[in-house]
Amino acid sequence: MKIPQLSVFLENRPGSLLPPLQLLAEAGLNLAGLSLADTAQFGILRLVLKDWARARELLERAGWVVKRNDMVAIDVDDAPGGLVRALEVLTAAGKDIEYMYAFYLRRDGRVVLLFRFDDPDGAIAALDDAGIAMLPARVLLGE
Amino acid sequence: MPKELWNDAAGGFHPISASDFLPRERLREIQLRRLQATVARVWDHVPLMRQRLSACELGRDAIGRLADIARLPFTVKADLRDTYPFGLFASPMPEVVRLHASSGTTGKPIVVAYTEEDVQVWAEAMTRTFASCGLHRGDIVQNAFGYGLFTGGLGAHYGAEGLGATVIPVSGGNTERQIMLLRDFGATAICCTPSFFVHLAEKAREMGIDLRTLPLRVGVFGAEPWSDGMRERIETENGIEAFDIYGLSEITGPGVAAECSEHDGLHVFEDHFYPEIIDAETGLPLPDGEEGELVLTTLSKRAMPMIRYRTRDITAILPEPCACGRTLRRIRRIARRDDDMFIIRGVNVFPSQVESALLEVEGTLPHYQIVLSRQAGLDQMTVEVEVTPEVFSDKVRALEALRGRIAHAIEHTIGIRVGLRLVGPQSIPRSEGKAKRLIDRRHD
Repeated sequence: MKIPQLSVFLENRPGSLLPPLQLLAEAGLNLAGLSLADTAQFGILRLVLKDWARARELLERAGWVVKRNDMVAIDVDDAPGGLVRALEVLTAAGKDIEYMYAFYLRRDGRVVLLFRFDDPDGAIAALDDAGIAMLPARVLLGE
Repeated sequence: MPKELWNDAAGGFHPISASDFLPRERLREIQLRRLQATVARVWDHVPLMRQRLSACELGRDAIGRLADIARLPFTVKADLRDTYPFGLFASPMPEVVRLHASSGTTGKPIVVAYTEEDVQVWAEAMTRTFASCGLHRGDIVQNAFGYGLFTGGLGAHYGAEGLGATVIPVSGGNTERQIMLLRDFGATAICCTPSFFVHLAEKAREMGIDLRTLPLRVGVFGAEPWSDGMRERIETENGIEAFDIYGLSEITGPGVAAECSEHDGLHVFEDHFYPEIIDAETGLPLPDGEEGELVLTTLSKRAMPMIRYRTRDITAILPEPCACGRTLRRIRRIARRDDDMFIIRGVNVFPSQVESALLEVEGTLPHYQIVLSRQAGLDQMTVEVEVTPEVFSDKVRALEALRGRIAHAIEHTIGIRVGLRLVGPQSIPRSEGKAKRLIDRRHD
């Protein structure tokens, strides 16, 4: 149920997003998802991809500071209230969300929500108990 | 001699430490005799020193009593650079058995030389250093100071061997291997820079090894300033007693001064290295107890004697007798150097103060740079700190909190507000591996 995510430290200045993505493109690595958190000074580029281990190696070798952590993927209907039920369960179970982001899954128009929890195992158990579907890495990333 | 020193765990007092307990009067006689010999030696063998003494209307016999030392001219780091490589040697090369060099941040390195006797004196000073830190025969000393041109590794090596301890000459770096050796060989003491030890302790925790459960009981730390807060953290988190030692290559390497069990200042091995404190601006000597720049004169060195070498380290001589019984005077722990001091909004700031704040927050010293600028007539100080894998987080909140902690620690130390920027790795320019610490754009 856990989806590996890479985070890369970027300075918040024009053009800083390009080089790491260029590097991954040149290596033929395709992204499944991406999100960018930014402050006035710096940004954190978050990447989800199948070959995260190789991406990490390439980025680190090129001098970026990279961190790997686990996300939890929930897939919901692309309809009003799709997210609400999952949030209700998490709130009731007292599972804090550090941050989250969403993206469309290409095939069947469903929406994937990626959550960062301090306690991913606890959150997975709570969602599971409530019958909320989560996507395993092999489905989200392929293979 | 204090009785407890005769009854340490090994059942013996190292006779070499006897010089730590000389009556003051006897010590002063030795100092005077050796100072006279040193001045005569540089007069005879070092043209630059002879010229400088003559310019001060002093001769080969300039020293009648110890206080006459204040009449001698200073030696500064630039003198070593200007005479690179061998210009200050007082011994012919066949008598020189060792050369060391420091990697200067700017320009040429500084070369230092030792005769066989010099190496012996150095080893003696380092043996007395380790004895002062409570080590003895039977201790297993992991020496993680770098071996090579840097004086730290070999200095500590000879000292620990002189003590009769078992030395593990692991040198610097390769943290995981160091932790394995520390555990498998049962080292009872480690010597290294304090920041390396903090790094090593963190790595050990990551590997699931609790240093408190190992035989390690003593840490001998030097070669960079470290705060009392850092000491407290090192001691409580790792179950060791941490000792501060002091030295510099120009004088001998490590072994110039060391803490004893009282941890209240560092005893200077005064029979070999004569300490003075001067006002850094006027160059005038200051009385014991007052803070100023430490000036050291070698009393036993043959290959490269140093007369009144200005260390740029700021400290004070503590004249009161020490509870350990040593008669050697102490210097206060060195928290800062006079090197790159700058003044902002009327406050004197030393980069080393910023460093100790960074060390306190991050545990190890990241690459950083201080940028001074002027905005609307007001001086601004910004510290740029490179993000390391150890402190990086995928959470904005965690990085903002880190930024806040570092800024707060710096402001707490120097007393003025600073801006703090986290910057990418390798974004601060380096020269010869070291970052340029200060960029002053106030007059651009």
